[in-house]
Amino acid sequence: MPERYVGARVRRSEDERLLTGRALFVDDVQLDGQLHAAFVRSEHAHGRLRDVDVSAARRRPGVISVITAADLGDYWRPGPLLVPPPPIPGLIFHTCTQVPLVRDKVRHVGEPIAMIVAQSRYVAEDALADVVVDIEPLPAVVDLEAAMAAGAARVHEHLASNLAAHVVQRTGDYDAARAAAHRVIRRRFRYDRGLSAAIENRCVVAQWDARAEELTIWDTTQAPIPIRNGLAARLGLLESQVRVIAPFVGGGFGPKIMMHYPEEVLIPWIAMQLGRPVKWTEDRQENFFATTQERGQVHDAELAVAQDGRILGIRDVFLHDTGAYDPYGLTVPINSQCTLLGPYDVPAYDTEFTAVFTNKPIVTPVRGAGRQHGVFVMERLLDLAARELGLDRLEIRRRNYLSRDRFPYDHHILFQDSAPLVYDSGDYAPALEEAAKLIGYHHFLHEEQPRARAAGRHVGLGIVSYIEGTGIGPYEGARVTVEPSGQVRVATGVGTQGQGHFTAFAQIVADVLAVRIEHVHVVTGDTREFNWGTGTFASRGAVVAGTACHAAATAVRTKVFDLASRLLETPPEGLELVGGAVRVVGSDRSIDLGALAAQANPLRGAVRPGTEPGLEATAYYGPDRGSTASGVHAMIVEVDPETAMVTIQKYVVVHDCGRLINPMLVEGQIHGGVAHGIGNAFYEQLMWDDNGQLQNASLMDYLLPTATEVPPIVIGHRETPSPLSPIGLKGVGEAGCIPTGAAFAQAVEDALADFHVEITEIPLSPDRLFQLLQRTPPQRRNQVIVEGSYVFRLPRAVVWDALQDPAVLVRALPGGMALEQQGEASYHGAMRVGIGPVTAAEFTVRVTLLDREPPQRFAMVVDGHSGLGFTRGTAQVSLEEDAAGTVMRYRAELQVGGRIAGVGQRVLDTAAKLMTRQGLELVHRELAGRRTGEASA
Amino acid sequence: MKPAAFAYHRPASVDEALEILHAHGSDAKPLAGGQSLIPAMNFRLARPGVLVDLNRVTELDFVRRDDRGEIHCGAMTRQRTLEHHTDVIRGAPLLAETMPSVAHAQIRNRGTLGGSAAHADPAAEIPAVLLALDARFIVRGREGTRSVSAERFFTGLFQTALAPGELLVEVVCPPPPPRSGWAFLEVARRHGDYALAGVAAVVTLDERGRCADSRITLLGVGEGPVLAARARKALKGEPPTPAALREAAQAAAAKDVDPPGDIHASSAYRRQLVGVLTRRALAAAFERASAGAGDATKR
Amino acid sequence: MTQQVPVQVTVNGTRHDVVVEPRLLLSDFLRQDLGLTGTHVGCEHGVCGACTILLDGEAVRSCLMFAAQADGHAVTTVEGLASPGGLHPLQSAFHEAHALQCGFCTPGILMTLVPFLRDHPAPDEREIREALAGNLCRCTGYQNIVVAVRQAAADARAHSESESARA
Repeated sequence: MPERYVGARVRRSEDERLLTGRALFVDDVQLDGQLHAAFVRSEHAHGRLRDVDVSAARRRPGVISVITAADLGDYWRPGPLLVPPPPIPGLIFHTCTQVPLVRDKVRHVGEPIAMIVAQSRYVAEDALADVVVDIEPLPAVVDLEAAMAAGAARVHEHLASNLAAHVVQRTGDYDAARAAAHRVIRRRFRYDRGLSAAIENRCVVAQWDARAEELTIWDTTQAPIPIRNGLAARLGLLESQVRVIAPFVGGGFGPKIMMHYPEEVLIPWIAMQLGRPVKWTEDRQENFFATTQERGQVHDAELAVAQDGRILGIRDVFLHDTGAYDPYGLTVPINSQCTLLGPYDVPAYDTEFTAVFTNKPIVTPVRGAGRQHGVFVMERLLDLAARELGLDRLEIRRRNYLSRDRFPYDHHILFQDSAPLVYDSGDYAPALEEAAKLIGYHHFLHEEQPRARAAGRHVGLGIVSYIEGTGIGPYEGARVTVEPSGQVRVATGVGTQGQGHFTAFAQIVADVLAVRIEHVHVVTGDTREFNWGTGTFASRGAVVAGTACHAAATAVRTKVFDLASRLLETPPEGLELVGGAVRVVGSDRSIDLGALAAQANPLRGAVRPGTEPGLEATAYYGPDRGSTASGVHAMIVEVDPETAMVTIQKYVVVHDCGRLINPMLVEGQIHGGVAHGIGNAFYEQLMWDDNGQLQNASLMDYLLPTATEVPPIVIGHRETPSPLSPIGLKGVGEAGCIPTGAAFAQAVEDALADFHVEITEIPLSPDRLFQLLQRTPPQRRNQVIVEGSYVFRLPRAVVWDALQDPAVLVRALPGGMALEQQGEASYHGAMRVGIGPVTAAEFTVRVTLLDREPPQRFAMVVDGHSGLGFTRGTAQVSLEEDAAGTVMRYRAELQVGGRIAGVGQRVLDTAAKLMTRQGLELVHRELAGRRTGEASA
Repeated sequence: MKPAAFAYHRPASVDEALEILHAHGSDAKPLAGGQSLIPAMNFRLARPGVLVDLNRVTELDFVRRDDRGEIHCGAMTRQRTLEHHTDVIRGAPLLAETMPSVAHAQIRNRGTLGGSAAHADPAAEIPAVLLALDARFIVRGREGTRSVSAERFFTGLFQTALAPGELLVEVVCPPPPPRSGWAFLEVARRHGDYALAGVAAVVTLDERGRCADSRITLLGVGEGPVLAARARKALKGEPPTPAALREAAQAAAAKDVDPPGDIHASSAYRRQLVGVLTRRALAAAFERASAGAGDATKR
Repeated sequence: MTQQVPVQVTVNGTRHDVVVEPRLLLSDFLRQDLGLTGTHVGCEHGVCGACTILLDGEAVRSCLMFAAQADGHAVTTVEGLASPGGLHPLQSAFHEAHALQCGFCTPGILMTLVPFLRDHPAPDEREIREALAGNLCRCTGYQNIVVAVRQAAADARAHSESESARA
């Protein structure tokens, strides 16, 4: 037993259950008579829901219930606004929160339309295909700038535009700063985020006990108590009738704190309706749409800088993608706005953002929660300034750091928690020096890099600073109980998703009560054990709940001394806690905590007035504002300019999160954060096409970094205790991923210095880096384009007539089976398409010919729909006569939706070209055959 | 993500499998390692009505070196076996060396040689390597057995010369000729991913140290594995100087492929990769050829 | 009537004679039919590796096999690693090195590493990382997993040396 547990590398008490497969995760819950749910989800990003026909699904054997919005009655209600925006003067915010099931309009791909409950998940998925959904597509709102243009389609039609929020915060006089500046550096920056991608998908199991009138919900949530309170209110139950359990949760990273997800509202409800337990386990495909995510911002930022490199002011105007709904308020963009300032003295800051509704899944915080966007803008501006001014990268940062004597430092703007952005403490310059030393800054710059360059190798270094606002309110609580056995129970409201809370809280309590850590038992994430609190988010669990544990343990300690003082007839000052017992200082008279606990809860006699039975105390901790962690990241990369591949060779983090409860746990948090940050920098990107279809909706195409992409990470710890917390804590949960993109951009730019590449966007990818090296503009892949020509050895009039003939046209469709003329230039029919492993599926097809100019040109639109998704092909066709016959030139754009859009992109281009070629050959063969037939007739 | 229902057969012999395939026609699909088919089924992109599981057909799981030095691999040989089997390492070293680039160990423990070849994914490594090695494909139907050259076996996007009801039963790799060298290179986003582009190269030097022949195959850049004919022509009879390799690589990139673009790589980027990888793979292959590593007789 | 396939499979040393629907994934069979919920499911398309188990001693994805295909084979899941005497040395190394956080991916990673260490008693960093590349972890950044593998390998070598010294 160490002298003190806090500060020691205490191994985790939760490990054994996890390592042996005994730990309970929500999907492990199996109850008698349990049913399984699956959801019919929208394939369209935007459209009017005209009809949902569930009759066939209801008839399928094994299906118990099928629910649409109409079946929900009064229970259908939009979700709550989880985080109301801060009271910033002039702030505009339109609340539009998610609905349980779509009633009239779909607003993103994957939005749930109907719920199917069946005997097994297999049968429930069979029934998904039975449901006929009729959606009238509307133009999708995808691009942020286009969304704000006049005449853009509106995600929420009761609003005047797609503006979800507008926020301006100002401090100092930026115009004066700009006028006084030696240089003004202005750029447009793009920063995109992605998925939380916890390896455990979401899961909800609900069971209604009609006799006890009690609802038990197992939920993969980061916030079991608010979930319970919200659901109790919604279901008309007392809070005490609802128990929410978040057992082991397989990674959170932000999105598991959303409330309420549609499935979270529907599963308990249907379990009560049916009187049977129901489980829904999100599958990985659903996770890309049904779980919230973080996405992009576009910043137009400028830095007014003095000749010596001092920041005079910053102006930043940005657009923020909030997705189809905004239940999480403005946490993410305000984090960007505030974190941009970093550890620097910025005398004038003029910042404005517009949050924009788009037809994409909901944006809520993902590890970092908008902070990396701000850090990227600031650090890139400093890099550009350093280059223009001929300053060293470290030097420009040093010159702008807030020095250690300036705390608490008030930025005079509001943070996400509605409190003023005040840094409690910090000591930035030594962290920079330590990081420079660990990465070998000077050696690299003066020896390694020149040597590598001489050998034709392109290596570069990135080093950047950041701060992280952590440990915000409102509050958390904890109850500490000493049992007569001498064992100590700790219960708190924050759930754990792997951070090691069980161990960290036990360390704090064990120290206060001077007991062995093995005797401290922590329970979290069960509302029956503790039912006040908010949840695990914003890097606050250890800070806020840890401090509450400390306070509760301290209160128990007071009770211990009071009681022991009476029993041992010694004033409390003469007592000490040692090895699980209270001892009279300097004697061998002592009493065990367990015995004391028994004495504190007598079966007969009286409890003295003014005291409480037992050795138990509950305490709460609610900080006025958060504490500010800080640090520096540095990395060395090698870039192969021929292949545009980047390898990270070395990674250094110097981190200051105040007092360390357990350095081992802190390091673990940083390692994971860095890996997430590396994913964000070079691997992970959600790719949407102009129709709001996600083009990489699988882990084959959404690239999470593996052990071969993440380098070894060297960590330096610094401890500047927070004066806000009685034990000096600051949070650490998100720090690892906040500055990674900025450091990566600087390092890659440095490696490619000979190529004069400027990086103003993250994520990068090899493809994008190739474009930058080639000086080509960003090419967002949006649709498949098939272009070409085909020679028919036939007169143009014959070809023209044939192409208006459904019997010929059907040959041009891949797998065309039938085509019938419906109107003058429209046809209906069917085709059967499959390729490779994809089983041929029957598509219903509508072909429309437009802009006909016989016999020269026409346009053709082919809409196809099947169980695999939908396709829309638009082709421009021209016919020219030449010596050989008729030359057909075509340019077709193919867009796809549904499952084929999400997982089929890899072969779409090749398949489209192939099918076009095959179709034209078949048409030609048909025509040639007809000619032969005519000739012989 | 649960598969749709299907009828399941697990024959114990090729004959039995062929009978089942025949009986069910196009509704039936052979199941080899399942590492591509089962994910597609879980996504419900693939919904075969009948699965014919070949994992009990032990007669298809063998590796044998014949007296001419040819390596015969049963279609159900696991990719893991190709990686570690001494006969493969000696007799078809390019195949063994490429295996670590094929997905991950857990996949290779199940995935098979024949399954990958018959699946004919344009981005897969095994088809490109078999084409570079000029392997022969032994195909059996109810009517009998035929042998198909690699060039005729891979016919297009996920397409092979296998007729409905036929099974690929064996792949035969000829031994590396004397004075030959080989290399496999690819660029993938992450270790084990499908390549954005890749090159398998087998080169042979003549007695004067000039390129007698080369088989360069490209993956990820066409409807199937692409045999780089222009690059081969450019190299033939040339000493493997850096300039000659550059020229051959340029021919491969500019003339042998018209690469598709997708979310991970544009057509232009893939073309660039083809050039770079071809040049580098050729350099490595020629180095081996000159070092005599390819001389099977020396081992 | 749905087809039912008889299956005889030995899981963690216990033989099970069952009938299953052909489409039942091995991962679901282990978790739901046998209640061995230590095998986790993260993607069901063979990428994340959380469902990795041993089939006749070799690591495979249980989401890419049908339960019917396990007929006649021996399966080991994470529940079969520890002995009554205590944790498997690899499990202990994970605990010591803080190689797990949320622990969801951990069973799959352990099952990948057991045969890896059998075949690579003295792996270098690159070999370890490549062996891990088929398993996704979102919490640890893999760093402490690599540390744990190195430690477990060193412990095993030290153990076998002392065994052979004693012999």
